[in-house]
Amino acid sequence: MNRPDTSVEIAGIKLRNPVMTASGTFGYGQEFAEYMDLEKIGAIITKGLSLRPKAGNRTPRIVETKGGMLNAIGLQNVGVDAFIREKAPYLRTINTPVIANIYGNSLDEYRQVAHLLDTVPEVAGMEVNISCPNVKEGGIVFGTDPKAAFEVVRQVREATIKPVIVKLSPNVTDIVAMARACADAGADALSLINTLTGMAIDLQKRRPVLANVTGGLSGPAIKPVALRMVWQVSRAIELPIIGIGGIMTATDALEFLLAGATAVQVGTANFLDPAASQKVAEGIEHYLAENGIADVKELIGALRV
Amino acid sequence: MQFKSLVLSNTEVSPGYFRMRMTVPAQLSAARPGQFVMVRVRDAIDPLLRRPFGIYDVLILEPDFDGGSPQTCLDILYKVVGKGTETLSTMHHGDHLDVLAPLGNGFDLGKPGEEKILVGGGVGLAPLYFLAKELVKTDCVHLFVGGRTRDDILCITEFERLGIETYVSTDDGTLGEQGLVTEVLEKELTRRKGKASIFACGPHPMLKAVAALAERHGIPCQVSLEAYMACGVGACLGCVVPGKEHTEEAPDFRCVCKDGPVFDFQELQWK
Ligand SMILES: Cc1cc2nc3c(=O)[nH]c(=O)nc-3n(C[C@H](O)[C@H](O)[C@H](O)COP(=O)(O)OP(=O)(O)OC[C@H]3O[C@@H](n4cnc5c(N)ncnc54)[C@H](O)[C@@H]3O)c2cc1C
Ligand SMILES: Cc1cc2nc3c(=O)[nH]c(=O)nc-3n(C[C@H](O)[C@H](O)[C@H](O)COP(=O)(O)O)c2cc1C
Ligand code: FES
Repeated sequence: MNRPDTSVEIAGIKLRNPVMTASGTFGYGQEFAEYMDLEKIGAIITKGLSLRPKAGNRTPRIVETKGGMLNAIGLQNVGVDAFIREKAPYLRTINTPVIANIYGNSLDEYRQVAHLLDTVPEVAGMEVNISCPNVKEGGIVFGTDPKAAFEVVRQVREATIKPVIVKLSPNVTDIVAMARACADAGADALSLINTLTGMAIDLQKRRPVLANVTGGLSGPAIKPVALRMVWQVSRAIELPIIGIGGIMTATDALEFLLAGATAVQVGTANFLDPAASQKVAEGIEHYLAENGIADVKELIGALRV
Repeated sequence: MQFKSLVLSNTEVSPGYFRMRMTVPAQLSAARPGQFVMVRVRDAIDPLLRRPFGIYDVLILEPDFDGGSPQTCLDILYKVVGKGTETLSTMHHGDHLDVLAPLGNGFDLGKPGEEKILVGGGVGLAPLYFLAKELVKTDCVHLFVGGRTRDDILCITEFERLGIETYVSTDDGTLGEQGLVTEVLEKELTRRKGKASIFACGPHPMLKAVAALAERHGIPCQVSLEAYMACGVGACLGCVVPGKEHTEEAPDFRCVCKDGPVFDFQELQWK
């Protein structure tokens, strides 16, 4: 049999396979070049970029929990200018699409970041992290209010002609309502899920482990929640979906495709194994070949309920 | 690089402290003192993350039969403190581990011929042996080592075998002088004059005290830090420490994994 077709397309971005690296778990790509072939995955998503460099939270910022980890990095990043100056030139040498993950603490910041990246040729598209507080409007998180999310997406949509992917927060009661608001505002695709808010306590010290008290839970522990949300949204919304949450192996990734995702992102697994994303991509191809499936797209949404 | 290691031995050198020897690719003989390894203690999700350990020693074992080839090995010295190190302590000859190494920047060995002062607190001694082995080739080396009790004073004889003068102190006086390692160090620094530089690894309060001494005596000093780590390669930003000029508005965070774990004490904020 010929090699199976593993290619997919998200919002006009052609991917050689459905496996991307999740924002914040893969640096700016170069950190992993020593450990894997960056041209064996579908796309690289950068650490979240903001208008200005961001310091982030105090430490401890990470702690392991059962089957997962909490992080409260606080979105530390070099800022969009330094990204363009210092990080993008390396990414230009890699023949793999780069998607810039962006965020802001006000509508204006989101719009400006999107505008600055709009003309950067290395950036194939933007993934908008809406799990951030709106500092100007009392700190309510954009991604937990459909109206606020709609506004953010609309602003970004107007600021760029590049594909706009919106990354949803799972910390909501009705994920479909959030997804719909983003679709209505002109999103080209949806990523889900970001981390689930959680906390860890040190009994002996009677203190929270993280300096920030709460943090975002990621890793295998969140996979069932992520699968459920991908499934719910894919049934209700027409947009392509990128499934994220606890993907460690090709089996995990394939389950997300069945649930309705067109592509997936590997996050925490990159810490356990810096070549995890490549291995997941190879595992998918292997599965297709083993099972006589000619095209990975046959699996998307093929869940039998 | 990432590779599979074969555990050759794993022995309890003092109650709760183990020394593990593992095979590594020949390229690791180029590892520098102060660099570290990230070990995946099990191919499972519990413990989930890799655990960082300093390099205690890198050595090349001659083949034990004719026609065999030499085997590069790496030793770590670790204290059992939680799930990861507990699991590690149960491993035997023949077990395999997934390892990333060598990571981070090592110590700057400084000018040959100058006096070198090593300061270790508890298991913070680990990276200092590999360093000492290099330094004794050209320098006069002194080791100051402290711990809570005698059981926390590790592998001293190995340093002495290198011809290194050691100063031992324990909090409870069960071995060496009673008191903190930094108190013994301070006395010696005041007594002696002349050029020397300090290399320190241990708990943060100890490093802070050593940095203060270095400042006061105008001595160059490098410290090896610990931090909670997820990736070990500079990607997650979990392990940062503030640089000297760091402020909220003009952030200057350093990654312990990538920019360290060894820093010149003057690069950092000690507040
Ligand atoms: C660069 C570096 C070098 C190190 N070298 C050594 C060494 O040579 N020998 C040695 O015994 N220990 C060393 N440590 C500390 C060692 O990594 C921790 O003791 C170990 O990770 C604890 O794991 P655990 O599962 O047993 O404990 P747990 O408490 O169950 O660990 C839970 C989590 O906390 C993290 N953690 C706990 N304590 C520490 C700590 N002190 N520093 C960093 N992370 C911690 C673990 O990595 C893990 O993510 C080093 C740490 C760093 C950063
Ligand atoms: C250390 C760390 C940093 C992260 N930083 C970002 C970020 O900057 N922007 C973002 O949208 N998501 C960020 N995330 C969320 C991940 O991209 C991903 O959505 C989440 O971890 C779930 O996937 P996983 O279980 O495979 O890790 C971060 C996650 C971790 C663990
Ligand atoms: S441990 Fe991830 S950046 Fe240092």
